[in-house]
Amino acid sequence: MTMTEFVISTIVKILVVLGIFSALAGFGTYLERKVLAFMQRRLGPMHVGPYGLLQVLADGIKLFTKEDIVPQNSIRPIFMIAPVIGAATAFIALAAVPLFPEFEIFGITVHPIISDVNVGVLFVLGVMASGLYAPLLAGMASANKWGLLGAARTVIQLLSYEVVTGLSIMAPLMMVGSLSLIDINNYQSGGIGDWIVWSQPVAFVLFLIAGFAETNRTPFDLLEHEAEIVSGYATEYSGMRWGMFFIGEYTNMITMAFLASIIFLGGFNDLGFIPGGLAIVLKVSFLFFFFLWTRAAWPHIRPDQLMWLCWKVLLPLAVINVVITGLVLMI
Amino acid sequence: MFEAIAFYTFSAVTIAMFTITVMSKNALYAMSALAAGMIMISGFFFLLDADFLGVVQIIVYTGAVMAFYAFGMMFFNTTRLVKENIRAPKLVFLLSGMSALLLVVALVAPIVSDHIEPFYPVVEGVENPQAVGIVLFTKYLVPFELAAVMLLVAMIAGIILAGKKMDESLTLKVDGEDEFQNKGSK
Repeated sequence: MTMTEFVISTIVKILVVLGIFSALAGFGTYLERKVLAFMQRRLGPMHVGPYGLLQVLADGIKLFTKEDIVPQNSIRPIFMIAPVIGAATAFIALAAVPLFPEFEIFGITVHPIISDVNVGVLFVLGVMASGLYAPLLAGMASANKWGLLGAARTVIQLLSYEVVTGLSIMAPLMMVGSLSLIDINNYQSGGIGDWIVWSQPVAFVLFLIAGFAETNRTPFDLLEHEAEIVSGYATEYSGMRWGMFFIGEYTNMITMAFLASIIFLGGFNDLGFIPGGLAIVLKVSFLFFFFLWTRAAWPHIRPDQLMWLCWKVLLPLAVINVVITGLVLMI
Repeated sequence: MFEAIAFYTFSAVTIAMFTITVMSKNALYAMSALAAGMIMISGFFFLLDADFLGVVQIIVYTGAVMAFYAFGMMFFNTTRLVKENIRAPKLVFLLSGMSALLLVVALVAPIVSDHIEPFYPVVEGVENPQAVGIVLFTKYLVPFELAAVMLLVAMIAGIILAGKKMDESLTLKVDGEDEFQNKGSK
């Protein structure tokens, strides 16, 4: 493949991923409201379109046409750039995730991964981690006490839980011996029995819990805890800039679901009679549903409980898990 | 050609960002530009096929610069300008210019005179993280372990210095019973 072909195919892939995932992020808000509504015996959005399906479109029109307010004492450029960081890092993180198995279309073999970095897992987690600059800068630039509190909570929560994410996937990575997501996927190619979740159940649970904290989902959504700090970092935002935070958040949720299903749940290998492409869509959908399910089932926790959970429970568990895995691999 | 385009874009953005870091009087601008510059540097590592170092650059500097933000939040009002008190601007300019020049000369001299010989050249077929691991655990094993022990010592010291009364929860106390009031009454 020549350089020009490579550049063109990469640009096409980027556009496809951007289009599909920003649409999915919008659709995610609809799904969330619907699922929560059914769990609480309500109907949810019903008025726009059949079963409220066009609600996403209506919300989009509302967000795009709203006035873009920048508060008076805020630091204007940083206030305006912060939501863009949130959305951009979420999409950049997707660049190293293999979304589907290879397939052929019009006689061309397509690798559905934008950039096959050989340290894929680290790249995805690192870029997702740098996404925490979005709430931080938003909170600090908006000259608002609630915003500042939200920013402070961002630093505490996301930095602490990154440690847990990193340590929890260390054990599976030791088993596979590679940081490439494709290698991890191929390691589990022998059917359900080969899934890493069976040999690393503790790591899987830790990764999911840390994933909830990193994507700012209930029970760990303290950055914008309505009952305590109005809306946290997003207090001063309105219109499309506010919407961009949530596109970022939902894209991060989908990325987390992809990571969990590739590292622990067998990835895009064929599952019996189900082809690999469909299998991973099912797994990701289930994990996405699991995010919403937890939101319906669990209350918020207090910030000090959050820190207690991270440093006194999850971190020691993760370290013990790594040590035990190391011992088993050595003996 | 694409590599050249990428290289010059990344270098222009990096230099611009670090210029803002040094020149700006607003703490928030300076910190954001520093973070952006650090992340842009990872682009050079990716261009050189050193994926592992590139990712480490992103991860380490997001965490490290974040600590500056925390300090900024605690000590400054980030929406106000910082007054800098520079007594001898010419001297500062001269000293920093000289040290920058010295760095450039020291790094460029071996490249110009072709005296560079890699002791551990890139091995074909070995992936980047493995190559880093091999060098780290053979040639640089002692410095690596020493650094690890030093970090452990620093961490324990930090915990001990900061950890007084950490077992008492501030949120569970009754109002009017907190630390400051106790100190006042003594």
